[in-house]
Amino acid sequence: MFSSLMMNTWIAASIVAVIAGVTGFFAVLRGQSFAAHAIPNGAFAGAAGAGLLGLNVIWGLAAFALAGALGIGALGRRARQDVVTALVLVLMLGTGALFLSLSTEYAEVTYSLLFGEVFGVSPNVLVPIAALGAISVAALTVVYRPLLLASALPEVADARGVSTRRMELCFLIVMALAASMTVPVVGALLMFALMIGPAAAARSFTRRPGYAIAVATGIALVTVWAGIALSYRTNWPLGFYVGVIAAGFFLLGQAWAAVRRRGSAPRPVPALSAVQ
Amino acid sequence: MTGQAGHELLQLEGIGVRLGGRQILRDVSFTVKAGEFTGLIGPNGAGKTTLLKVILGLQAPTSGRVLLNGRPRPRRGGRLIGYVPQKLAIDPDMPLRARDVVALGIDGNRLGFPLPSAARRDLVTEALLAVGAEAYAGARVGELSGGEQQRVMIAHAVISRPRLLLLDEPLANLDLRSEQGIVAVLARLAREQRIGILVSAHDMNPLMRETDTVVYVAGGRAAAGRTDEVIRSEVLTALYGSHVDVLHVHGRVLVVAGEEADQAHHPVEAGLAATDGGS
Amino acid sequence: MGGLLHYIVEPGLLSSGPVRTAVLVGTVVAVTSGVVGVLTVIRSQSFAGHSLADVATTGGAGAFLIGVSQFWGFLIAGIAGAAVMELIGVQRRRGRDVATGVVLGAALGAAALFLYLGTQTSSTTGASFTILFGSMFVISPDTVPALIASGLLALVVVAVLSRVLLLTALSPEIAAARGVRVRAVGVAYLVALAVAVALSAVVIGAVLSTALLIGPAATSLRVTKRPGLAMAAAALTGTAATWLGILLAYDSYYWTSGGRGLPVSFFVVALVVLGYLLTYARLPRRGRTGRGQAARAPENQEAPECSPA
Repeated sequence: MFSSLMMNTWIAASIVAVIAGVTGFFAVLRGQSFAAHAIPNGAFAGAAGAGLLGLNVIWGLAAFALAGALGIGALGRRARQDVVTALVLVLMLGTGALFLSLSTEYAEVTYSLLFGEVFGVSPNVLVPIAALGAISVAALTVVYRPLLLASALPEVADARGVSTRRMELCFLIVMALAASMTVPVVGALLMFALMIGPAAAARSFTRRPGYAIAVATGIALVTVWAGIALSYRTNWPLGFYVGVIAAGFFLLGQAWAAVRRRGSAPRPVPALSAVQ
Repeated sequence: MTGQAGHELLQLEGIGVRLGGRQILRDVSFTVKAGEFTGLIGPNGAGKTTLLKVILGLQAPTSGRVLLNGRPRPRRGGRLIGYVPQKLAIDPDMPLRARDVVALGIDGNRLGFPLPSAARRDLVTEALLAVGAEAYAGARVGELSGGEQQRVMIAHAVISRPRLLLLDEPLANLDLRSEQGIVAVLARLAREQRIGILVSAHDMNPLMRETDTVVYVAGGRAAAGRTDEVIRSEVLTALYGSHVDVLHVHGRVLVVAGEEADQAHHPVEAGLAATDGGS
Repeated sequence: MGGLLHYIVEPGLLSSGPVRTAVLVGTVVAVTSGVVGVLTVIRSQSFAGHSLADVATTGGAGAFLIGVSQFWGFLIAGIAGAAVMELIGVQRRRGRDVATGVVLGAALGAAALFLYLGTQTSSTTGASFTILFGSMFVISPDTVPALIASGLLALVVVAVLSRVLLLTALSPEIAAARGVRVRAVGVAYLVALAVAVALSAVVIGAVLSTALLIGPAATSLRVTKRPGLAMAAAALTGTAATWLGILLAYDSYYWTSGGRGLPVSFFVVALVVLGYLLTYARLPRRGRTGRGQAARAPENQEAPECSPA
């Protein structure tokens, strides 16, 4: 499974896992995990459209994912965010269905776009993935501090001059870029699992933000690596393994958190004299 | 009382705010000086939070102006003002420790990635000590009690050495012991770091011992001055527009509406649960 | 005029068997989804609705694998998913949507597996497509009674429980204090939701079913605050979108020379979203009062609201 043909897959999947872990950390922090459902479906529509037009799939992915992300951002401020996200989600999927039905070989393409395709990472997809990965990492490094502040403590961020609106937009754009990379590898419907599962698990294992990002990334990497190996051996779809393994890690995190809660002693109330 | 107040940090002149067709505030003027502890008192819905937002630059006033250190208020942000909002809804699982929150106060608004350094760690520890929160510095901020979270947020706000500190209802929903702790922390900050402190509250009693000045907001207008000058029946009656009595009972203040009480039950008269003897 | 009408209503539309079945079933589905959807939006459970749709996908794929009618797969998986969600406590605690999503995401993974295995063994092509994106025109007549019966059952449950459901959406504590069995009611609601999702999945596909559930409901709630009125409006809007979608899809067979139509589900979804967006065009002046806040609003997902955003 380590042939040169598969190397592309390993590399692409690793890049994707890293980005998914980091982006997922912020998605869970911001309570926007539902967006991680919607935006990849935008990517799905874009890929179908690009396939129809004969363009490199990645550009379609990126364009539509961005459109979906910006749509959620723009409308989400004026309306209920959960409703808007759900509607953008289905509109994108429906459009994807439309494009697929117009093309001639829609069965397999549907399947691989939605559930991932471990053998489908061709070299001309690898380079854009690496590029998008680099851009995403750079972007997140630059906005790390204000994004963290705006995500965890929005009122304080506003008071300090950090525009929560701008951070929201930044975040959605990064998520769109992440979606463009992840969908060709794990599929639109399972990107949620890879992005949110490890990040949600990481929160249970560590209290520090920096560590949480590292742990999320680590779990995501293990998930895709195990998934690729198992998928290669059994020929079963990669998306299946990603979904199940991610859920497994998440449940592990929940169990750990429950044990931690039960085992911790109540903290002593500080005496008044300690303050005055 | 915090002793000699310094120069004028904050001046509001004739501030008026109109929102959604209603005149929320009209001709509000007051001053906060360095080292001064000011209570922003008034019933719920009086416009205290709106006023704080005006000072922070988050809400544009429809009339009047705000001066910081004698100059017109710049765009929002800046290191001059620290802000502690009303109770934040923080997820218990959120992977952020108390010290991480405080560290964000140093430079959370600047781009880039903070490099861990001994200097940062010491600054954070110092801030936590100043508010008495060092015992739970490593705990998840979402798992802290209300009073503990308040201290952490105060540390977050003061670590960048602002000249002015605004707190929106920091004592709401706290038990008595936590209330007293917070007030003591704030008074010490005002005294030792010469910060100007503006605390909004609907019950002034926990603050009474420490406030130098009071800005009382009611009926869309405000009366500002020394505590004993403002908290009087005549002044409050004029503000509320209906008869109001100010009673002093065992060092506590009770503001009681007269027979004409057409406004909602005023929640200020809370002082009867006091434990220590008062002044 | 006659020529235009002839162009809109392509030959054979009204006499076509599949079309008539589609209209009948589509109407039942639209009405059920619309009504249940209003409650879903009021209870801020759009995410739950979508998660159930994902689980329904698994059921449909599993049914395909075993060779059983997809509706039963959607339905059973949906009810199982509802049970899981109740176990996780999605209704009782904030932030449980992450847990729900991840656990049900594993179900989607299983769907991937079932579809893969199914296509290995069976010879029907395009099964993935119909499970995911609907099969409005190929509903087999024997399932029609079951579909109608489930729809009516769900409507009855909702009708009986609607006042209680609204009260629990407003405040579970108040409801409990009044003697309402909050949890039992919540479970009944989730079952009704599972039924609505399964029905919707049959006609426009599992992954798109959310459109008929949330779209007309959200649109109606922007226009009226009264739940009863909103339910009626949602049923009407959903039905209109479905009929129009059927019409357009049928006509599309004649638009392309290849003789292959465009999917009904696309038209229905597009119309539903269009309807929603139109409510923004009509009401520009109401933008200030309480709509849209400057800060990002995670509270939209937490606190249930009884009035539209």
